[in-house]
Amino acid sequence: MTEKQHKISFYRTEMLPPKPPPPATTGVLGWMRENLFSNWWNTILTFIGLYIIWLIVSNFVQFAILDAVWEGKDRNACLPKNGVEVGACWAFVRARFNQFMFGFYPVAEQWRVNLTYLVGIILLIPMLIPSVPWKRLNGILLLVAFPIFAYLMLYGAPSLNLPIVETTRWGGLLLTLVIAITGIVTSLPLGVLLALGRQSKMPVVRLVSIIFIEFWRGVPLITVLFMSSVMLPLFLPEGVTLDKVVRPLVGVALFSAAYMAEVVRGGLQAIPKGQYEGAMALGLTYWQMMRLVILPQALKMVIPGIVNTFIGLFKDTSLVSIIGLMDLLGIVQSALADAKWSTPTTAPTAYLFLALTYWFFCFGMSRYSIFMENYLHTGHKR
Amino acid sequence: MAENTAKKMEISDDVAIEMIDVNKWYGDFHVLRDINLTVYRGERIVICGPSGSGKSTMIRCINRLEEHQAGKIVVDGVELTEDVTKIEEIRREVGMVFQHFNLFPHLTVLENCTLAPIWVKRMPKKEAEEIAMHFLEKVKIPEQAHKYPGQLSGGQQQRVAIARSLCMSPKIMLFDEPTSALDPEMIKEVLDVMVDLAESGMTMLVVTHEMGFARQVANRVIFMDAGQIVEQNEPEEFFTNPKSDRTKLFLSQILH
Repeated sequence: MTEKQHKISFYRTEMLPPKPPPPATTGVLGWMRENLFSNWWNTILTFIGLYIIWLIVSNFVQFAILDAVWEGKDRNACLPKNGVEVGACWAFVRARFNQFMFGFYPVAEQWRVNLTYLVGIILLIPMLIPSVPWKRLNGILLLVAFPIFAYLMLYGAPSLNLPIVETTRWGGLLLTLVIAITGIVTSLPLGVLLALGRQSKMPVVRLVSIIFIEFWRGVPLITVLFMSSVMLPLFLPEGVTLDKVVRPLVGVALFSAAYMAEVVRGGLQAIPKGQYEGAMALGLTYWQMMRLVILPQALKMVIPGIVNTFIGLFKDTSLVSIIGLMDLLGIVQSALADAKWSTPTTAPTAYLFLALTYWFFCFGMSRYSIFMENYLHTGHKR
Repeated sequence: MAENTAKKMEISDDVAIEMIDVNKWYGDFHVLRDINLTVYRGERIVICGPSGSGKSTMIRCINRLEEHQAGKIVVDGVELTEDVTKIEEIRREVGMVFQHFNLFPHLTVLENCTLAPIWVKRMPKKEAEEIAMHFLEKVKIPEQAHKYPGQLSGGQQQRVAIARSLCMSPKIMLFDEPTSALDPEMIKEVLDVMVDLAESGMTMLVVTHEMGFARQVANRVIFMDAGQIVEQNEPEEFFTNPKSDRTKLFLSQILH
């Protein structure tokens, strides 16, 4: 034992003011030093990484832009020149662009599709921006008025002097968007109802929901599409025919609804019991509680999962080309069979075009979901 | 502790809550055993007891957050049955404050307070907001009205929760361990609000271990153990002269 005494008595006369953080940890240089060049091994990895990126990007730019053929009337434009292969054959995409967008929709009537797009975008944009007022009116216009308008415009109504365009003539991006958007718009509310049904205290509702969800989740989408196009007509009474496009449309919507239901259920389970009790103790009815308290929180929590399902649905629409519908993938593939454009780079170009188009829509959805998540984040906002 | 006005308040002969032979089981576990309790209008009852004694379950039966399986509960003249409209009617008259506040984190403080008046009572938004601000002033946090619950301290959140219940102008208030989840420094601000409320003549059932609060405002203290009411008395008598051995043991554990 030493005689040394520790000084344990202490008291503060002044509280300390807050200080700024040390400067070397902030800014671009600080970030690079910390993340890219923190030691010699990480520095080597950084340079190897940069080299790999350079290889990929330079080859891509070479193919897609520098060596690309932008203009031409037929395959001669895109054939190898002097034994050297040319880059992307954009001339092919340009020549077929109208078909890729509209399928076999009559050219004289294509303004109807464009007008539908325009109205849809005009209604959608203010809906997506949270600060724009009149959300209720906007929602009614978008979800009730617009579908009717779109149906009349796209399918036609002789009484309005709009000649009918059979759905068999719809194709390309138009068909992809029709299937994807209908699927997205119907699968979310249906999925929410199914998720609530699965948690219901009423045994029949619960059982029906579980059977529905498990049936659609247990069947591959391709099977659903084949069933809808080949088997469904066999079960329908004589004389009753379902439109060739409506059939897969319903299949895709119900299929995604089952997935959506499970995503939403995940959100519902994450809501603490106290939220239900707080709402019930205030006298809210079941539907008020769900609509005002539980679902806003549950859906917000599963935005990534919901958008994931939307993106999956959007891309899965390309499967309808298997049952002979000319969606974007279907029409591009059938165009590849054209001998007039048969060159070594036609197919890669066409698939690149496809990939970029799908990516554009999916990336847009993904970015918007990130924006929404941040916007709705109130839990720990300081 | 100053002798306060709350204690002197008149208690009417009107029955607010009547529980007759109430029994409840969780599976095989018998949580509430032959509960008989009559609460008169204007009464302030503190319920204490060890954890698992059924005190929370008992008050949660009053607004049907828990279902009793035998016996009869009559709240404000309405008997609690399977009938959903009756349950909703009772819930409109009975406010409840929870241990973990249960504020809605996606709504601002003001929206938390106006939600039920607007949707349940069909009150115009402006009127609901005026009432909400009135009660937020009563609980001394009107300046937080436009913040989200996540930005407030525990004590502030609990005061908002009290204001939220009061916005429905309930006839009866239930408190389920309202200060148990709070930091020591915040307990007083919540108890002060509850004392004010008691002085206004509200019928209150409070599950709590704050014995100072019980002495100050309660006109009756109930001790529960093993799903039964073991002892009840006026606070003075209850604390100084408990009759049952179980009560004596409990009080010796919590009063140092």
